[in-house]
Amino acid sequence: MAFKNYILVCGGTGCESSKADEIYSGLIRECGLQGVKEDVQVVKTGCFGFCEQGPIVKILPEEAFYVQVKPEDAQEIIAEHIVKGRPVKRLLYKAKDNDPRPKMENLDFYQKQFRLVLRNCGLIDPDNIDEYIARDGYAALEKALFEMSPDDIIGELKKAQLKGRGGAGFPTWMKWNFSKQAESDIKYVVCNADEGDPGAYMDRSTLEGDPHSILEAMTIAGRAIGASEGYIYIRAEYPIAIAKLKTAMNQAREYGLLGKDILGSGFDFDIEIRLGAGAFVCGEETALLASIEGNRGMPKPRPPFPSVKGLWGKPTVINNVETWANIPVIIHNGGDWFAGIGTESSRGTKVFALTGKINNSGLVEIPMGTTLREIIFDIGGGIPNGKEFKAVQTGGPSGGVITKEYLDTPIDYENLKALGSIMGSGGMIVMDEDDCLVDVSKFYLGFCVDESCGKCAPCRVGGRTLYNILERITKGKGGMEDIENMERICRAMQKASLCGLGQTAPNPILSTLKYFNEEYMAHIKDKRCPAGKCKELITYYILADKCIGCGVCARKCPAGAISGDRRKPHLIDYDLCIKCGECKQACKFDAVMVR
Amino acid sequence: MAKKMTLEELRKLREEKRADMSRRDSSGKKSQIIVGMGTCGIAAGAKETLNTFLDELDEDDLQEIVVKQSGCMGLCYAEPTVEIIVPGMPAVIYGKVDPDTAKKIIRKHIHGHILINDHIYDRPAIDIVDDLEAK
Repeated sequence: MAFKNYILVCGGTGCESSKADEIYSGLIRECGLQGVKEDVQVVKTGCFGFCEQGPIVKILPEEAFYVQVKPEDAQEIIAEHIVKGRPVKRLLYKAKDNDPRPKMENLDFYQKQFRLVLRNCGLIDPDNIDEYIARDGYAALEKALFEMSPDDIIGELKKAQLKGRGGAGFPTWMKWNFSKQAESDIKYVVCNADEGDPGAYMDRSTLEGDPHSILEAMTIAGRAIGASEGYIYIRAEYPIAIAKLKTAMNQAREYGLLGKDILGSGFDFDIEIRLGAGAFVCGEETALLASIEGNRGMPKPRPPFPSVKGLWGKPTVINNVETWANIPVIIHNGGDWFAGIGTESSRGTKVFALTGKINNSGLVEIPMGTTLREIIFDIGGGIPNGKEFKAVQTGGPSGGVITKEYLDTPIDYENLKALGSIMGSGGMIVMDEDDCLVDVSKFYLGFCVDESCGKCAPCRVGGRTLYNILERITKGKGGMEDIENMERICRAMQKASLCGLGQTAPNPILSTLKYFNEEYMAHIKDKRCPAGKCKELITYYILADKCIGCGVCARKCPAGAISGDRRKPHLIDYDLCIKCGECKQACKFDAVMVR
Repeated sequence: MAKKMTLEELRKLREEKRADMSRRDSSGKKSQIIVGMGTCGIAAGAKETLNTFLDELDEDDLQEIVVKQSGCMGLCYAEPTVEIIVPGMPAVIYGKVDPDTAKKIIRKHIHGHILINDHIYDRPAIDIVDDLEAK
């Protein structure tokens, strides 16, 4: 027999520390006292992602959401809401006035996310086209084929002010318009599903969870610009996404939603999949097109831009997966509706892959204008293990770091650029006090050096030289002239590299130099790594007054570097220590330290 | 079943399927177990979870309960995630569902109509598709 009401008490770490346990037992007690035990179940849940206003209590089925609940409120919640059926108004969540989400029916929904791109992910079976159709799937295509002209379609995109979500943020309507206006016998539509940024997987999840949205969007583009062939260039490292796409394409073809004479409109459009082969540079549009043509993935100078002269020299619209996923919603609900979300310079939402030192890692889709603090500390649940937030890195290897003082910045293209970072494709990596920013720059630069195609000297030579300098710094062999040299090389790479990879590879270095100059100084002048990360610069040591001589560390040490008698403080032999950190992890008495 | 559709046929199909898909209306007959099978879910063990459900539900159960798959919901830290829809109860998203928890879900939630502690997570956002119906 089901219960009449369910009371959910948030048991996330934030709420736990503010007495969720007491609230939970208090509510159970009150249910007993007030005679509603049979009708109500009180449950403790995982984190609701609203930590700033915790403790949280949610009542189902009416979806009443109470914030900042105290243990003493238990009596009133049961007496008023459960017994009398009257929600406790003072505890109910109220949206802020400057809420960047659109004004919609029941939008006092507390969750800060607004799932537009991810509207179907987790809600449909991607292998079942009927489920996609049921949720307004292909309704936008109907409109585009039978009720709108190509100019109408581009007009809606212009109203929507959608900007490319691959990182560059170029107005999508403009790109499509160039291709539409270009005169050619053949035109192409391409989806960039190469997603090379480390730590970014928004596109992968969209393709795995909602492949039809991309197919529908590309068909709409074909109609708008006058193309009948499309390509999806997807990295081979995404086998599940590839499989889902293939199934979706077959099902769409069976239903006549892809292929010849779609829905009897006389319009033909079909799509082919092309696989990448592990090169980050093939996410750059001209290199990607070269790869589809069967050539080595190397970028070309622009102009001419792909929208005028792209694949095989023909006008080509190439957009990122996330940009495509927005299209059906814009056409279906109208550009004005879309422009009602977000900020003036950046309309709509953005999906971020929130990873790193964060409690609730995952995909987060927020309307532009949401602040970093809300994403990291509310939705993300803050930093685990009680560590201090240090910086958040956005934009992958092309981006920069953002520090604590800028956490209240509303996210949009302009603001992130002003802070020395970029929106990028949506990677967001959170770092805490144990992360060394010099090491982070080295990692990203190393990535770019590996992935550089080698065509132009600034990137090929500059990148490698920068990496060598950073390596020396992290090993304690750096000097002050290294900082000057790095800055010069960075500026040269930014100005003279042929494509975005080389132009933006210096960004992490420049950004960390600006905001974390003291860490570089510590590495260079003091030969010290404050975060305790750079192996050459750290030493592990045992605190004699805390060590009880249990010998666990000595047994764990893979290099046999720890010695000592039983019950006597142990010692680390620095000639043998490989600084793996096993001893620190194993010690239950906090006796092993790093400096 | 599969043939090239006209515009009218597509619209008719959409209407039919819309009723099936509506989640707010839990008074439909069949219960649903929807397992998230995105890459993050699979990495966290969603395949074992799915198999546990299929193994543990017997012939009678499967008359009333349908087991489905879906993509990643974005609650990657809580994978494997499973959404349980039982008529008469609110739709609930469970996270960190290992095989033991899956068995508990069958016993307590599906058969016993009781929610399980410590595993419930929240839907990350409103559903714009369902909500725009009201426009």
